[in-house]
Amino acid sequence: MIKLNINGRQREVDVEPEMPLLWVLRDVLDMKGTKFGCGIAQCGACTVHINGEPVRSCSFPVSAAEGQRVTTIEGISRNSNHPVQVAWVEHQVPQCGYCQSGQIMAAVALLRKKPNPTDADIDSAMTNICRCGTYARIRKAIHAAARTNRGAAKAAKA
Amino acid sequence: MKNASFKQSRRDFLANSVAATGGLAIGMHIPSAVAQKTGVLEGAEVNIWVVVNPDESVVIRYARSEMGQGSMTSAPQLVAEELDVDWRKVRIEYADTNRHVRLKRAWGDMATVGSRTIRTSQDYLRKGGAAARMMLVSAAAQQWGVPPGECTAAGGVITHAASRRRTTYGKVAAAAAKLDPPKDIALKDPKDWKIAGKSLRRIDIPASVNGAQRYGVDTQLPGMVYAAITKSPVFGGKVKSFDDSRVKTRRGIIKVMTVEGDAVAVVADNWWRAKEALKDVQVDWDTGANGGVSSTSLLEFFKAGLAAPEAALLPNRKGDAEKAIAGASKVLEAEYFTPFLAHAPMEPLGATVHIQQGGRVDVWASTQSGEAMLAGVANVLGVPTDNVYFHKTQAGGGFGRRSFPDFARQAALIARSMPVGTPVKLLWSREEDMQQDNYRPLAMYRLKAGIDASGHVVAWTTRIASGSLAAQLLNLPLKNGVDGPATEGFAEFPYEVPNQRHEYIQRRTHVPIGFWRTVGWSQSPFAREGFIDELARAAGRDPYELRREMLKDEKRPLGVLDAAAKAAGWGRPLPKGVFRGIATTEPYGSFTAAVVELSVDGKGGVKLHRVVQAIDCGYAVNPDNIVAQIEGSSVWALTAAMWGEITVKDGRIEQGNFDTYRLLRMREMPKVEVVIAPTGGFWGGVGEPGQAPFIPAMTNAILAATGKPVRSLPLKNQGFTLV
Ligand code: FES
Ligand code: FES
Repeated sequence: MIKLNINGRQREVDVEPEMPLLWVLRDVLDMKGTKFGCGIAQCGACTVHINGEPVRSCSFPVSAAEGQRVTTIEGISRNSNHPVQVAWVEHQVPQCGYCQSGQIMAAVALLRKKPNPTDADIDSAMTNICRCGTYARIRKAIHAAARTNRGAAKAAKA
Repeated sequence: MKNASFKQSRRDFLANSVAATGGLAIGMHIPSAVAQKTGVLEGAEVNIWVVVNPDESVVIRYARSEMGQGSMTSAPQLVAEELDVDWRKVRIEYADTNRHVRLKRAWGDMATVGSRTIRTSQDYLRKGGAAARMMLVSAAAQQWGVPPGECTAAGGVITHAASRRRTTYGKVAAAAAKLDPPKDIALKDPKDWKIAGKSLRRIDIPASVNGAQRYGVDTQLPGMVYAAITKSPVFGGKVKSFDDSRVKTRRGIIKVMTVEGDAVAVVADNWWRAKEALKDVQVDWDTGANGGVSSTSLLEFFKAGLAAPEAALLPNRKGDAEKAIAGASKVLEAEYFTPFLAHAPMEPLGATVHIQQGGRVDVWASTQSGEAMLAGVANVLGVPTDNVYFHKTQAGGGFGRRSFPDFARQAALIARSMPVGTPVKLLWSREEDMQQDNYRPLAMYRLKAGIDASGHVVAWTTRIASGSLAAQLLNLPLKNGVDGPATEGFAEFPYEVPNQRHEYIQRRTHVPIGFWRTVGWSQSPFAREGFIDELARAAGRDPYELRREMLKDEKRPLGVLDAAAKAAGWGRPLPKGVFRGIATTEPYGSFTAAVVELSVDGKGGVKLHRVVQAIDCGYAVNPDNIVAQIEGSSVWALTAAMWGEITVKDGRIEQGNFDTYRLLRMREMPKVEVVIAPTGGFWGGVGEPGQAPFIPAMTNAILAATGKPVRSLPLKNQGFTLV
């Protein structure tokens, strides 16, 4: 049995230690928000956080996730009210939407590290592929979410 | 179908209403066996497009697919506009494919291809909404005993001003559903639109930001098993035999089998186990006659097509091109090449099939054509289409790949080999997707033109050598030997040239070909618009001005060209080292033009400084969505321009995953400005047209920068990189 902490919940799975975390999430735990796009760490559709760091779960053995905090798209907010999700809707980012779980997970991780990212920061952190070509809107939405965070921080101080 | 109430007396009305609203199936009769009794009769189906619930919420049906192009929102906007309903109370659901087939295609065309959803269904969508409104108003008028003409409807409320009475759609819907559909339906003038024409938010987006959106590959059913598959890497090859001794006893492996004679599948209790085992199944392929085909041999074959003495003549021949070329003061000749390309939608292909005792078959898949899926599965299983229930989901991109049911057929055959009642989910790996695609056809163009002493283009000839989607993919006869998709851009050559002749020669390849976003318009403008710039240069003319002269009687192409040029500030000085290119196209009922500004460094590094795209799509139903489609089309085109190529060696595809089929990423995304310049009076597509002018505008800018024309794609093979 492999013990996992996913979105704050304890889960136990009986699988091979080398099975990628992606397939444990999708097929064993029926958590379908994390997507399969390439299987070789190229596209980022499968991005989840391990202790807050973005990781490509298609190429991350489940055994390595043991004892770590795993966060998936389902776990970043209760009501789609994470500033990144709000900005994504506000700017009408997704087209087909298939890459967007991964894009959002990458963006959330970026903003945690760099609350005021420059375009260059966005370029180097956002390496996920979007075949529909939503990049311009992703960039805008990340800047918007950063503004929201700044506003919230100011309000908290005041 | 929870919301629909189907009453005996309604059936003919449904049929009539379809006939009246779309002229789709005149005289169609719906057999009585069709009536479906559903458990909860919450709402009243006023007609096939509109169901009104007692709580005043309204369900609008959507018959095509949603794969990111946004028409699951924009098409219902047209229905809602005429229905005069409060958009906040609207829910949208897919029209049921099985019922659609039983009703003899009551919802019209379900295929989501050719940028057609709005332009070929706007009439019956608007009439569907208007007819429902008229029936709701009539029902209220009857209850009040007043003429319907004295009543008005707005936001789901019906008012009789004279008697100051009002009621709501929810209250009269059940009565309205019993009325005959109206015969004469007047539609609103688009200038009075309140819902259509507005940048309403897409209804599918909220589910795309929290992981709730369910795509075909997300289907999970109790007791479901998973299949991974590999088809003969040489197209047309067969399975001779396979050895599964290394995997048989592995954990979770259920079986290894041949599918359709040309593929091997592993079925397991988990997809990862299945695909890992598949790697260790030794398959002996009979590669057939095509094991020696390579990109080099294909090139020879296409070149021979360009040189062949005979080819099919397009009907738009004018004057005597040969003679005029012979008498021209300058003659130019060029050959252009565009490669095979793969679709690579972000969601890999897959389908889930559940065959039940008693013969009912349920299918879940991301598709561009519910009807094709249903028919494909029924056909391969040999069951009546009435038994097949297709469940449409959001598709993770389609781009032309999902119009065909090949992967659903495979899933159905695997499901049939399992104990009855076992659901099977087949999922393709990315490598399988890349190597078993229907590729954008390879095409070559030989262009020749003559310029007179005063710099006018007096003659133009075209020879296109390309695959025929009509003949090779759809098995249709070619009219006079001419393929439609391959000749897009030349068949309705917009430029005024007094002497012109355009020809097509089919090149059938063992590589399967398919509709790839923007189809012929994704490649022919590279040649056509590139050559215009070569001519402009030879004649010492400005490429924009030369186009204007040659398009002077073509109002819309000229209009959109001017719109792009004006927005880009064509003719205004640019910073040192920055150059512009321009191109114009007429794809899928719309008119698009682009201006690209770029610089090229000493090492071939191309830097895009600015992209301006203009579109005239007649009516703009959801402007923000049009902007999104053109932004996306620009990414699609730039990806193809820089890196896109599918190559062949030993009869098989050399690319496998995104490491060998490079797609554009964030850091490479240029700034794209979109100008929507709708002139009204017609309905054009928006999902594909933005791609058409992009590549030639870019390569024309490279010509301006380097003095050398680009005649072969992708640019990476011509010594260019993107910086
Ligand atoms: S599926 Fe993991 S990076 Fe593509
Ligand atoms: S929205 Fe479709 S792949 Fe990104």
